Amino acid sequence: MFTPVPNPTTNPVAAKFGQQDLIRRSASSVTAPAKRQTEVAKLIDVSKCIGCKACQVACLEWNNLTEEVGVNVGVYDNPHDLTANTWTLMRYTEYENAESGNLEWLIRKDGCMHCEDPGCLKACPAPGAIVQYSNGIVDFDHDKCIGCGYCIKGCPFNIPRISQVDQKAYKCSLCSDRLAVGQGPACAKACPTQAIVFGTKDEMKQWADHRIKDLKSRGFKNAGLYDPPGVGGTHVMYVLQHADKPQIYAGLPNNPSISPLVEVWKGVTKYVGLAAIGAFAAFGFLHHAVAGANRVTAEDEKNAERLTEGQR
Amino acid sequence: MSKSEVDAGDSVHPGKPVIVDRYTVAARINHWITAVSLVLLALSGLALFTPALYFLTGLFGGGQLTRIIHPWIGVVLFLSFMGLFFRFFRLNLWERTDSVWMSRMRDVLANEENKLPEVGKYNAGQKMVFWSMSLFILVLITSGVVIWDQYFGNYFTIEQKRIAVLIHSATAIVAICVWIVHVYAAIWVRGTIGAMTRGKVTGGWAWRHHRRWLKDLVTGKN
Amino acid sequence: MASLGPTFGRGAMTNSWTDIKNADVIWIMGGNAAEAHPCGFKWVTEAKAERGAKLMVVDPRFNRSASVADHYAPIRSGSDIAFLSGVINYLLTNDKIHKEYVRNFTNAAFIVRDDFEFNEGLFSGYDESKRSYDRSTWEYKFGDDGFAIRDMTLQDPRCVFQLMKKHFAQYTPELVERVSGTPKDKFLKVADWVASTANGERAMTIMYALGWTQHSHGAQNIRCAAMIQLLCGNIGIPGGGVNALRGHSNVQGITDVGTLTAAIPGYLALPTEQEPTLESHLGKRTFKPLTPNQTSYWQNYHKFYVSFLKTQFGANATKENEFGYNYLPKLDGIYDCIKMFDLMHQGKTTGLLCQGFNPLMAIPNTNKSREALSKLKFLVSMDPIETDTARFWENHGEFNNIDPAKVQTEVFMLPVTSFAEEEGSVTNSSRLIQWKWKAADPYFESKTDTEILADLFVRMRKMYEKDGGKGKEALLAVDWSYKDPLHPTVDELQIELNGKALTDLKDAEGKVVRAAGQRLATFGEMRDDGSTDGCMWIYTGFYGPTGNMAQRRDNADPSGLGVYPSWGFSWPANRRIQYNRASADPDGKPWSERKKYMYWDGQRWSGPDVPDYVPTIPPDRAVGPFIMNAEGVSRLWVRGLMADGPFPVHMEPFESPVGNLVFPKLKGNPVARVFKYDMEALGTSKDFPIVGTTYRLTEHFHYWTKTVHANAVMQPEFFVEMSEELAKEKGIKHGQRVRIWSKRGEVKGKAVVTKRLKPFKIDGKTVHEVGLPLNFGFIGETKKASPINSLTSAIGDSNSQTPEFKAFLVNVEPIAGPVA
Repeated sequence: MFTPVPNPTTNPVAAKFGQQDLIRRSASSVTAPAKRQTEVAKLIDVSKCIGCKACQVACLEWNNLTEEVGVNVGVYDNPHDLTANTWTLMRYTEYENAESGNLEWLIRKDGCMHCEDPGCLKACPAPGAIVQYSNGIVDFDHDKCIGCGYCIKGCPFNIPRISQVDQKAYKCSLCSDRLAVGQGPACAKACPTQAIVFGTKDEMKQWADHRIKDLKSRGFKNAGLYDPPGVGGTHVMYVLQHADKPQIYAGLPNNPSISPLVEVWKGVTKYVGLAAIGAFAAFGFLHHAVAGANRVTAEDEKNAERLTEGQR
Repeated sequence: MSKSEVDAGDSVHPGKPVIVDRYTVAARINHWITAVSLVLLALSGLALFTPALYFLTGLFGGGQLTRIIHPWIGVVLFLSFMGLFFRFFRLNLWERTDSVWMSRMRDVLANEENKLPEVGKYNAGQKMVFWSMSLFILVLITSGVVIWDQYFGNYFTIEQKRIAVLIHSATAIVAICVWIVHVYAAIWVRGTIGAMTRGKVTGGWAWRHHRRWLKDLVTGKN
Repeated sequence: MASLGPTFGRGAMTNSWTDIKNADVIWIMGGNAAEAHPCGFKWVTEAKAERGAKLMVVDPRFNRSASVADHYAPIRSGSDIAFLSGVINYLLTNDKIHKEYVRNFTNAAFIVRDDFEFNEGLFSGYDESKRSYDRSTWEYKFGDDGFAIRDMTLQDPRCVFQLMKKHFAQYTPELVERVSGTPKDKFLKVADWVASTANGERAMTIMYALGWTQHSHGAQNIRCAAMIQLLCGNIGIPGGGVNALRGHSNVQGITDVGTLTAAIPGYLALPTEQEPTLESHLGKRTFKPLTPNQTSYWQNYHKFYVSFLKTQFGANATKENEFGYNYLPKLDGIYDCIKMFDLMHQGKTTGLLCQGFNPLMAIPNTNKSREALSKLKFLVSMDPIETDTARFWENHGEFNNIDPAKVQTEVFMLPVTSFAEEEGSVTNSSRLIQWKWKAADPYFESKTDTEILADLFVRMRKMYEKDGGKGKEALLAVDWSYKDPLHPTVDELQIELNGKALTDLKDAEGKVVRAAGQRLATFGEMRDDGSTDGCMWIYTGFYGPTGNMAQRRDNADPSGLGVYPSWGFSWPANRRIQYNRASADPDGKPWSERKKYMYWDGQRWSGPDVPDYVPTIPPDRAVGPFIMNAEGVSRLWVRGLMADGPFPVHMEPFESPVGNLVFPKLKGNPVARVFKYDMEALGTSKDFPIVGTTYRLTEHFHYWTKTVHANAVMQPEFFVEMSEELAKEKGIKHGQRVRIWSKRGEVKGKAVVTKRLKPFKIDGKTVHEVGLPLNFGFIGETKKASPINSLTSAIGDSNSQTPEFKAFLVNVEPIAGPVA
């Protein structure tokens, strides 16, 4: 058993991290702290998950969210997608393993991956609306969010959702408020089978190794850890039975990275664009200085009068 | 025989100096609605485009309001520009002499207009502005709708939105550049601004810059 | 429970939840622990992750448990006995049994009477007109000394072991495939993994729940499992056991405390009409040992019984009046809720008090239940939430189609506090009593159950005092000497459950061992002379002289075996693994170092647990390890203790897509209880070719959480699960609305078309099965649905009367309406 994060004291404690620990801040720059906090991570072991949705309910309750009662559309996934109120969602896939001949019911808890290189933060135009703490948490500041939805375009995992009520973007915060006072995330706390565990990123990687060894002994020769390098690694990782095929887990990207379109948009376009505008303006000034104004001469007026004379 | 360069409402008033009506009141109102929209769009768009200009959201009451207002102004611009388009497109059709005009850009920039072919109501540069703006605004409204999440978020995929947002911003940059050319030209060529404020230009201005238009007006060519 | 008792001596989960982590093989069948017991399931994942345990799941559906299993084998609902008998046959014919265990710790060696017979599925003594057996021939052969005759070589053709070999020989893997639809290779893998634990080295746990009990032959399903575990030597050892997973957090507590219709607290029996005196009652139950040297714990039955009577009637219970035995009602039959609803339906019941019970949802044949409720004069619903039952009279369209104008029943709704609004204890499946503290104040005018019942009792007693009536003496004799008769405190009630000394208790030398008024430490202190009280002997000690043991929260586990001896209190006597004497061989040595648990250290029985044995009796006295049984050993052969036979027999459900392929003459369970109404409401496979089975979803807790918003979000609407093949055959699209109907009623819901259900090949014929979740009704936050029990039949098991919810016949068709 992975030793769970113990219950904290009920006495007030100082927050374990805050503004001084920011390493990235959207649409603005921050002075990175001299020393990075130990990186944390949540490890989701798909092979241990029984799809009970306790994490989903814990998330709703801790974050005081109210989701709509929907309908059944022929699957166990409820709601049917992440929403501004559903920050985590169990996604069920029936997978017929051609190699073993066995049916597998793959149940993946979807939600923010807390990328080391967060695409949402890169895309965000509002200063400070998205921040990254040195422990790896990527968090949204709703007071600063303007609801433009650029984070959605920046995210390689299709996670943030815009609320139809206040038009702001929402996603998993990795329970930054709980972590700040020494608790683990609510979902990990609620998970009955330790399919979700929480600790430092190094601990999680070690624990994953232990799990992968067990899975390999059970014939899952491609079992492995999902910590995609394309986004610099993530602070939510998966243990997958078939790490060679992340796509079968309800469309988990095989090699996620920030879309090149977003990179171009938020990179070269910005500089080239401003430069172009500046160049055009400068050209005008320069031209005016060199060529001077184009004025109508008295002769021009005369010519016009001569032309119109017959009409008088 | 070339077509008439005269628009409805254009007329010549002989005198000293000669006064020529160039734009009707309706056309001028239409133009300025478009112009104001475009400036506001540029300001709000640039605010969301680059953090360096995010402070511009202050003009619109903050980021959230900027995000709400920008697309609505876009709609206004689009409708307004449609008006301009149908008003102006006929005389903006490209002619052979326009190509000649363009090829002598050096003379244009050097204020050597006597070396250029006689110009109708619009010269080739104005036509370029007109057509490029028509195209850009069409592209901007289309791509803008794709990334207008509040109402159209569910109709497009994220990948489509990524493409749209890139096109939208790149097109906007180019459009702003064209707009700079447009504004600069109006300042550079003295006597022009009056055409869009009072609707009138002097006969000399028309003689110097749009001689064929003036001649058509005088001869009553329709 | 109705089979664990006859087999092992006590009808409860043998091991603890935390002990499951010690298993090497975990077998889930007749249950879906991941779905219904997700918190306990953590110990399954522990065993897998930390011990390399293998998990196998046998179920009609590839379910949530199967999603994390190493092996899954499909089985047609209702054919478990054939499958399990196949495993027994596999173990016996391949000699994969733990021989020393079987020889010494089971009744394999006992000789059965010569006149016992078994023919074409029926045992000797069957009376078709009464639908019951005369069980006298199912007895052992006794010697002149009064003890049962044994053949320790197990060679005698009439010994239990040889009878067993013969009885199960026909259940070959081929037969299993033909009857249960389980492919032979998948069945053999299960059997092989079971066999891998038939030694002293490895252990297997079996986890089951209502998927086994809710059949007309439910108790015999479990019997098979108990026999398999005995053949493998998996009872009494860490990581072993037959683990009955209860359907509610506190249902073990409810049955312990005596809400069974024929029992008083602690599984003591209510008297029957044939037992007019206390002596006649006790005489039948104070079992004498059947083997030399054996101690039968039931020799103490009368001490528990008298202590119960003292609690019940206090000073009114005296030696002269047989401690008030006469005040107890005498049963003329069994009055479980199915019987009560049948009587209600016949118009023979005046009123019904539902305390935390939603029978319109919970019991079979909703249409019958609705009609029955309509015939009442009054209905009282004591519940924290508004139940469908309390609203049975209200028209909810197709979901509860009733004309309120025609219902004369007066309905009272009494709001009761919920579990979090009062303190008290909860007893989980593994008999662990844990205290819970009050977390919030009750809403509005809601009151605790105790307050409401006390008020009711006091008022009724006044009315009896004034007006008289039937049973007046008994009612007035009840000891109600609480400080405040309207508000018995939790402390007062706990003392009643635990028991105390009424006078100074002295030992043989006259030394006072327990002063008058002190609470008892163990049920061993109870006496039959009226000097102790205590209404529930099995709980004695949980609130002993040292305080409330259920409140203990020390999670130290010195042995590392998941014993947690100082966490809560596990009845009986804080024992975590029952029958743990069997973890050592007859000489008292552990069967193996790997499974070392309780052992004889030369002085006494030691180990991490409380020995289920007299702690100081050395192993050479040959006292058997199953001290609750008169034989001292466990029973492969249950004698006459079960209504439908000493061995299990393959019986089909009353509604089955095929006849009984093993014993063609058997129709259902020949001794199952069948009311006339229900017999006439049976469908045939011609009209209803599809097997239906019901189950709950992990997102909901029975019929309660449909009123809770968050739970409703997680599973918002009733659905039916079906295979892609059936959907294709019927032209049903994924997410489409469908109608499902049986001979008794119909429901409508969304189709979940899945690869997790596959058609079965039964005797060459394709048989489809559909899965029907039971959590949805017409009251609450979820989308309205007809109660699923509109489809089910009230025919019940012959031992437990549990209705056959898990296997019945339906038909399915697509209906108009928006697709998903």
